[in-house]
Amino acid sequence: MSTPVITVEHGAVGYDGRPVLRDVSLTVATGEVVAVLGANGSGKSTLIRAVLGLVPLSGGSITLFDRPLRRFRQWQRIGYVPQRLGAGGGVPATVREVVASGRLARRGLLRPPGTADRAAVDAALRAVDLADRATDPVSTLSGGQQQRTLIARALAGQPELLILDEPTAGVDAGSQEAFADALRDFVAGGGTVLLVAHELGPLRPVISRAVVVHEGGICHDGSVPDPAGHHAEPDHDHVHPHGPDEPAGLWSN
Amino acid sequence: MELFQYPYMQRALIAALVIGLAAPALGIYLVQRRLTLIGDGIGHVALTGVGAGLLLNRSPVLVAVIVATAGAIAIELVRARGRTSGDLALALLFYGGIAGGVLLVGLSDATSANLNAYLFGSLTTISSADLTTIAVLGAAILVTMIALRPALFAVSHDEEYARVSGLPVRTLNLLIAVTTAITVTIAMRAVGVLLISALMVVPVATAQQVTRGFRSTMTAAMALGLFAAGSGVWVAATADTAPGASVVLVAIASFLVVAVAGGVWRALRRRSAPAAAPAPEPHEVVLG
Repeated sequence: MSTPVITVEHGAVGYDGRPVLRDVSLTVATGEVVAVLGANGSGKSTLIRAVLGLVPLSGGSITLFDRPLRRFRQWQRIGYVPQRLGAGGGVPATVREVVASGRLARRGLLRPPGTADRAAVDAALRAVDLADRATDPVSTLSGGQQQRTLIARALAGQPELLILDEPTAGVDAGSQEAFADALRDFVAGGGTVLLVAHELGPLRPVISRAVVVHEGGICHDGSVPDPAGHHAEPDHDHVHPHGPDEPAGLWSN
Repeated sequence: MELFQYPYMQRALIAALVIGLAAPALGIYLVQRRLTLIGDGIGHVALTGVGAGLLLNRSPVLVAVIVATAGAIAIELVRARGRTSGDLALALLFYGGIAGGVLLVGLSDATSANLNAYLFGSLTTISSADLTTIAVLGAAILVTMIALRPALFAVSHDEEYARVSGLPVRTLNLLIAVTTAITVTIAMRAVGVLLISALMVVPVATAQQVTRGFRSTMTAAMALGLFAAGSGVWVAATADTAPGASVVLVAIASFLVVAVAGGVWRALRRRSAPAAAPAPEPHEVVLG
């Protein structure tokens, strides 16, 4: 067993006093591809948001790369792919501009982009097969292509750990395949992956371990379970609302 | 044109150009965060500063900078802690700001003409000292907004991602809040607190109709702001209209022209080359 990248020990999270996660323990080692599965509202997204420090723990502890989350500063080692692209206020941004913001963790605030930054952005765009759309506004892309843009943004930072929140929800099959290929390349290069998913689809062969979250606890940790009930039907179409986001604030999107 | 031989008109023109360039450079981040009216709100708060300055016989602009900055920081803290009460807290701050301003101006010896100068701008009464303040602060705003563009873009575009990138999100948010307050107060003399948001927002709204990327939108918005400020002051000088209102009306006229022209151009292009129907997305599962 190689060194742990993520360690969650007895993690608990509550929103407004309502427990969402209770006593969750999880370890992800270098080179693993771990899928967090579960129904809507099970707390699976909350689990990875807690790992990223986006929601505070009400109990337990989280360690990233041998460092307590509170003191963790090496954010360039982590690439985060959120569920979807924020709509923003309608100011256009090109695919390349969005992907380039993935370099900020390495570049810092003030250093202008250099050759290495541009090369990493180019490589990330190629990895998700979007190099020909680099100068297009992201708003003109399909949902799947926007998702690939977000994955490219995470890859551009050349992270060691990718954390993805429902990367394939509502994404067309072509984009899912492109995404599975990008993930395979990332893992082949020594990367570690933690992803939340509703269903695995083309990702299934890439996943090395599955964790099932149910009612705020982990009820399965091991091989990838087979889909059950109507989820197993071949034409089952996943169209349901996602969990409530953080309340929209005045200065936030 | 001979009006521009007078130093007060030259000062008016330079001040308008500086503000026309700086306001959209900040405004683009506000538009991206859907905060287009925040400048208006901070303007209300700045008015209390103007009132306090007039009452205390201190420079109204300087006191307004301090009060507006404090107000902007308060708004940012409310937002960061933010839950549903944020909206109400903001309303209290805004109306408290304008009421406080009117009350304090009334208590001082100032006339309603003084108040009007801050409500709707008074470009032609800008002194050399005012101009220096406007130029220095305007340059500082421009440099900050351009030098930090990648980071400010990331924070405005996706705040959570910026946090996971290790960016100092809270500091950058406060920076935008404070910069907004400073922009509002220096623009106050040019277009007035009631029209400030227009210069921050309208050039951006005009630019984004024809641009494809963030950087090109920012450049185009700054060019449009410069154009609106320059031609607005020229219109005011030739037609003897209120300078602040003229600048804003030129900006809005540019928006309408670009909106109509863009619509016509798109319609023509659609007619000449009918777009192919978008290909349906493939099925999500393998069938058969």
